[in-house]
Amino acid sequence: MTAYIEHLTPFLRKTPFHPRIEALMHANSWMRWTGHYSPANFESVQSEYFTIRNGASVYDVSPLIKYAIRGREAADFVNHLITRDLSKIKPMQAFYTSWCQDDGMLVEEGTIFRLGENDFLLNAAKDQLHWLEQTAYGFDVQIEEASNDLCGLSLQGPESRQVLRAMGINGIDNLKRFGIQELELNGHWLRIDRAGFTGDLGYEIWCKPESALWLWDRMFDAGRDHKIAPIGAQALEISRIEAGFLLVDVDYTSALHALRPSNRMSPYELGIGWTVNLNKPGYFVGKRALKKEKEQGLSRHVLIGIEIEGRKPAPGSFLYADQPGKVELGLTTSATWSSTLKKNIAYARVPQAYAKPGTEMWIEIWYGKEHKIERSMVRCWATNRMFYDPPRKSA
Amino acid sequence: MPETYDAIIIGGGHNGLTCAAYLAKGGEKHGKKKLKVLVLERREKVGGAAMSEEIYPGFTYSTCSYVCSLLRPEIFRFLDLPKYGLQVIPYDINSAPNPEGEGIIYYSDHDRTRESLRRHSIRDAEAYDEYAMEISRHCRFIKRTLMMTPPDPTQLNPFVQNRINPWGHREDLDGLLKIGREFGRMGERNMYDMIRFWSMSVADFLDQYFETPRWKGLAAASSIIGTALGPYSPGTAYVLLHHYMGEVDGQIGAWGFARGGMGSVSKAIAAAAEEAGVEIRVNAEVDKIIVKNGKAVGVALKTGEEIFGKSVVSNADPKRTYLKLIEKGDLDAIDPDIHRYATNYKIRGSSGKLNIALDGLPEFAGLPKEAAYGTVDIGGDFDYIERAFDDFKYGSWSKRPFLDCVIPTTVDPTMAPPGKHFMSVFVQYVPYKLAEGPWTQEMKAQYTKDVLDTIELHAPGFKKLVLHVQTRTPWDIENEVGMTEGNIFHGELTLDQLLFNRPFPGMGQFRGPFDNFYMCGSGTHPGGGVMGAPGANAAHEMLKDFKRGVVQ
Repeated sequence: MTAYIEHLTPFLRKTPFHPRIEALMHANSWMRWTGHYSPANFESVQSEYFTIRNGASVYDVSPLIKYAIRGREAADFVNHLITRDLSKIKPMQAFYTSWCQDDGMLVEEGTIFRLGENDFLLNAAKDQLHWLEQTAYGFDVQIEEASNDLCGLSLQGPESRQVLRAMGINGIDNLKRFGIQELELNGHWLRIDRAGFTGDLGYEIWCKPESALWLWDRMFDAGRDHKIAPIGAQALEISRIEAGFLLVDVDYTSALHALRPSNRMSPYELGIGWTVNLNKPGYFVGKRALKKEKEQGLSRHVLIGIEIEGRKPAPGSFLYADQPGKVELGLTTSATWSSTLKKNIAYARVPQAYAKPGTEMWIEIWYGKEHKIERSMVRCWATNRMFYDPPRKSA
Repeated sequence: MPETYDAIIIGGGHNGLTCAAYLAKGGEKHGKKKLKVLVLERREKVGGAAMSEEIYPGFTYSTCSYVCSLLRPEIFRFLDLPKYGLQVIPYDINSAPNPEGEGIIYYSDHDRTRESLRRHSIRDAEAYDEYAMEISRHCRFIKRTLMMTPPDPTQLNPFVQNRINPWGHREDLDGLLKIGREFGRMGERNMYDMIRFWSMSVADFLDQYFETPRWKGLAAASSIIGTALGPYSPGTAYVLLHHYMGEVDGQIGAWGFARGGMGSVSKAIAAAAEEAGVEIRVNAEVDKIIVKNGKAVGVALKTGEEIFGKSVVSNADPKRTYLKLIEKGDLDAIDPDIHRYATNYKIRGSSGKLNIALDGLPEFAGLPKEAAYGTVDIGGDFDYIERAFDDFKYGSWSKRPFLDCVIPTTVDPTMAPPGKHFMSVFVQYVPYKLAEGPWTQEMKAQYTKDVLDTIELHAPGFKKLVLHVQTRTPWDIENEVGMTEGNIFHGELTLDQLLFNRPFPGMGQFRGPFDNFYMCGSGTHPGGGVMGAPGANAAHEMLKDFKRGVVQ
């Protein structure tokens, strides 16, 4: 099992930004993301986190899987695929949506870019070309895996707009949330969208792989006086939870990748029922089942936010209706201590009856303390999952 | 008539030994007097088809079976096999060379596999996850049925007592309910999928997911190994599952090398059995099973010696057991159908082996060096395999065979001198009997040459490394190990011969037609593959009959 390793060729891919990231990687803290080297943290998770909320953070989002959807009936297909109403989305706009299997179980949720009338880019976390092509049966549409065509940096934080201004990007002040702008800068093609995974003011800047190092250098030059710093996935994770975003494989399992069918979840059960538009014209994948679920109240649980007493983060903790823990309600998924809100927050899967903000529950938290495992049973309260929502996000 | 043994087991293969060890240990566990168990082995040593032998000086060959995955972890634990030296070391790589371009290789590492498949087709790389998930779902379902007695749906009435259900228990009903519950939990879509999966051809199954012909050919490998069917034959998809449902250290679908060769498996089980008090006699070939008044009472050896016991267990395959070891008259007295079932039982020999001593590690065409550290499947697309099957269908060995090659010495330091290697080449397809007649020395030489030429084509320079070749046809395997036609599973793994129909209708629960007569070989549920489960399951049923309680 071990001897062959000397023959193995390295296979983890490096994004086009890798040389710059590697040079700053003091913690040697890498992780894998769709088969790429991706930074977990550069040095201090805490300072990286505060860059997101205080300065301008830079995170390499190149490893995202990207599917280009084009063709005469691309818009019809996308509208058939997603749960939201595409007619509300104009070209050069990004939008967040769910897409489901026919029994209403979530395949994934995420951002789709509408670049033209019939030109879309779907960013995904999990492989699904096989499924997309099956779903596209009968549509005049081409779906292409285009992950390597673009690379990108997510620039997030209150200072992010200043950085883009300093880079000389005209019209950035007019870019509305979820808007997309394409431009040339010093002969380099750029696409900027105003979205992100932090719940803060932020942008994603996409470029061709050959422009990557130029983009990085230009951005960091421009950002020097605007508290710019690279961040890793650990800092991003804290802001992601504060913002209430879902993470596949943590908060839910993609229906395509669930071993047990009961592990799959519907958008309603994940608390993103607002992405489902049952009134949009025509059929979309999962409509029948989602309609039935909504009308008959078939959701098994709902993923809500909770605030927890004390400051021990509570991932994978059981919730109870009572202090002795006799009546089990559900389980937490993501959890973190929020340094910005000074609150102990988590997502929890609970019955609908406990989802009303302010509902008191009990939570059992196991935590390590000097090589011992200790248990505490404390109060927690249901709340909106979007814990942190600063006005600057959409201002 | 002196009754000396509680159980006489005919055949010291791994299942016979497992059954013996379970009987001895299981009885002991419940605080009663130990069961007296005797294992009779025709050859000079036990092991059957799980055997390590030094055929060429300095090299240990796994002469028949060559990799380990299906051996049930329950057996590993109950018999404490690591204590008797059994170590199974998993490997991570499967590959198919390609003399005309880039070969296909996949790994246990998800990202590495994706990267590797991507080179051929991004579609296939992306479909791989979904495919693996479907296989895993089928494995999860079937895993629970492996270590249980297959319930018989004809025996649902809990009040009827008959030969199949002598105690009038409701175990069949309970068992079916248990399986039904499990089935119900799979969800609608998977229930449909499962029923289709059990009966479809592997080509149809893989076509649902993949497009690269060579990758499909490689993925189909597990579905034809040991089977007298081609990739387009219905029922082959199940065989794929049969090869996937094993595990090493909880990793489903992983395969490993037994340190010291596959003989280590039998050796460890035999040691566990002997420590539990089992008596093992080698060079003791059973001629006939003695049946008196519809009861099995003992066995007669070739030497004329008669041994009597309270029960007789056959580890031999069903055909050998019912057609050679039992008098037709004894069978007909119970039910004339049994002889007919046995005659028509599908146990076609379809595979041979070459065991090769090598002077160094071969390199395979179109593959990185690491390929040699796992399974190398020499073949091609479905059509390549189907053509190989065509030769076989008409009574010849495949001129361009499908070959499943492993080199355990890449991992195992004990089987060959340093720097040298032992390569096990499983050859598909090879008939038991040629169209022209029985195997001759010339035919065997030609068959060897065809196999070596095929390897050379896919591993240029291979022949220069060859130090010694041991060639085995199904005929050789039958004559050495005793498996009818050298069929590695003791009978085809097709739906008509599975579960409660394995080996024959009405005899799927390890009991034979006579009182006190049992079957414990791979011809019983859940089948072959060095699993040990048939032996353990049979012991389970016997202990129930002996009122010795139940072991896990």
